[in-house]
Amino acid sequence: MCGIAGLFLKNDALQGDLGRMTGAMLRELCDRGPDSAGFAVYGGQAQGTKLCMVSRNGAIDWSAIARRLSDAIGADVAVEEIEDHAIFKTMGAGEIARKWLIDNVPAAYVLSQGQRIEIFKGVGNPAAIMDRLDFEARTGTHAIGHTRMATESAVTVAGSHPFSTGDDTCLVHNGSLSNHNRLREQLVRQGERFQTDNDSEVAAAYLASRMRAGDTLKGALENGLRDLDGFYTFVVGTRDGFAVIRDPIACKPAVIAETDDWVAMASEYRAIAPLPGAENAKIWEPAPATVYAWSRAA
Amino acid sequence: MGTALRTLRASGNAVLDLAQMSLREVNQFLHDTDNGDFLIRNSRGAHSLACGLDGDMSVTIDGHVGYYCAGMNKRAHVTVNGNAGTGLAENMMSGRVHVKGDASQSAGATGCGGLLVIDGNASARCGIALRGLDIVVKGSVGHMSAFMAQAGSLVVLGDTGDALGDSLYEARLFVRGTVKSLGADCVAKEMRDEHKIALRKLLDDAGVSGADVAEFKRYGSARSLYHFHVDNAGQY
Repeated sequence: MCGIAGLFLKNDALQGDLGRMTGAMLRELCDRGPDSAGFAVYGGQAQGTKLCMVSRNGAIDWSAIARRLSDAIGADVAVEEIEDHAIFKTMGAGEIARKWLIDNVPAAYVLSQGQRIEIFKGVGNPAAIMDRLDFEARTGTHAIGHTRMATESAVTVAGSHPFSTGDDTCLVHNGSLSNHNRLREQLVRQGERFQTDNDSEVAAAYLASRMRAGDTLKGALENGLRDLDGFYTFVVGTRDGFAVIRDPIACKPAVIAETDDWVAMASEYRAIAPLPGAENAKIWEPAPATVYAWSRAA
Repeated sequence: MGTALRTLRASGNAVLDLAQMSLREVNQFLHDTDNGDFLIRNSRGAHSLACGLDGDMSVTIDGHVGYYCAGMNKRAHVTVNGNAGTGLAENMMSGRVHVKGDASQSAGATGCGGLLVIDGNASARCGIALRGLDIVVKGSVGHMSAFMAQAGSLVVLGDTGDALGDSLYEARLFVRGTVKSLGADCVAKEMRDEHKIALRKLLDDAGVSGADVAEFKRYGSARSLYHFHVDNAGQY
């Protein structure tokens, strides 16, 4: 099943409420995905790169890891700890730091890397995860959340969505892909680093790889219609953009609502109902095989 | 049943507020009732609202509803002043369901009787496995609509998505706009006087004025798939 909620703010005055608004949406979707959850928030631009990490199991000495990373990349690394998560901030090369962490810190998962993106994940009831990580206090321009009912792979922190394999890019998925093993092999040969067996991580890596090769977000999603076989509703976030697409069969639900202040996407309308102005929003069901995209850069 | 509900029931006309009552209380109240006019407030996309009604009552829902609204409806008239989620009026038996906005996928699925009117668009699989219900959609319908529809009618004033009427049995399909593609064994058919009369009645019942039956095309089953023929084995 799974539940998806995405919120893209058009009115900057609402940025302080981003976590609270997205949290209200996700609380309506707990029963669609009660086993685990995760959230991506695009917050204020950091100096340099932010890397979000989560412990696989138990306590971690994040400061010691930061010192090792600092030596490896030759740049200072600052640490902010939030429960079992840590956010590293560095002026060093983010892409290289991410690869070093994946290769050298088996006790943790790297959840995201970029100037603005922060990802948080947990196992268990989504509302309890939001409370524990104080997700609703977070601010920013857009956020994407997911409540998971696992079908393709294990219920673990790393198997929770969103998946991020590219700079400031993330994806959440409701559905299942059938050609992810073959595609993963191709992407590994191209140098992608995978941290799970999850089909959705393959989709995230595919889109990130297309965009690195020059595709726009819309173009990458349109190419995905050809290359990704299976059922999906995807919501994708980039540094300044937000997009929704459903596969050509469109079995997996999606509703989009738009006002002058925000664009919201959710698996069901009841997750949009708590937003201010929802009763007067323009509301529609996204058509199959059609990209809906918004950008702050445009 | 609480005092407030007893008072409501005695009046025969009531506002049922989902901000004050649980979904189960609202549905149970309607199940225990045989007639009257009711207004449901604060639906906020709730699932299974006004399901299983069986009475000569009128229920208006003032807002958007979630999945399976007005499922299995008998006799009751249900109006939704908003959009409806997946499975609207699923397996409806009789009465009338009217959605003033859009409906999501599988609207009217397996419906046996009555009239379902959707003022906006319906998405994929509208009228799938239809068994006697009449559906009038004033907007457009999505792909695979009327899939395996056995009896009843689907009237579309707008356009249809891909594979209209795939594996169709004896349901009658009328489309005013463009059919993106026809499904297996669904073909355009001649619009004879009896069909024009039937369509006119459906449009009148749905409150559609200003649509000329001559603007519609009729589609139905070529009947080559549902009688098994070994030459068609590759098509199943």
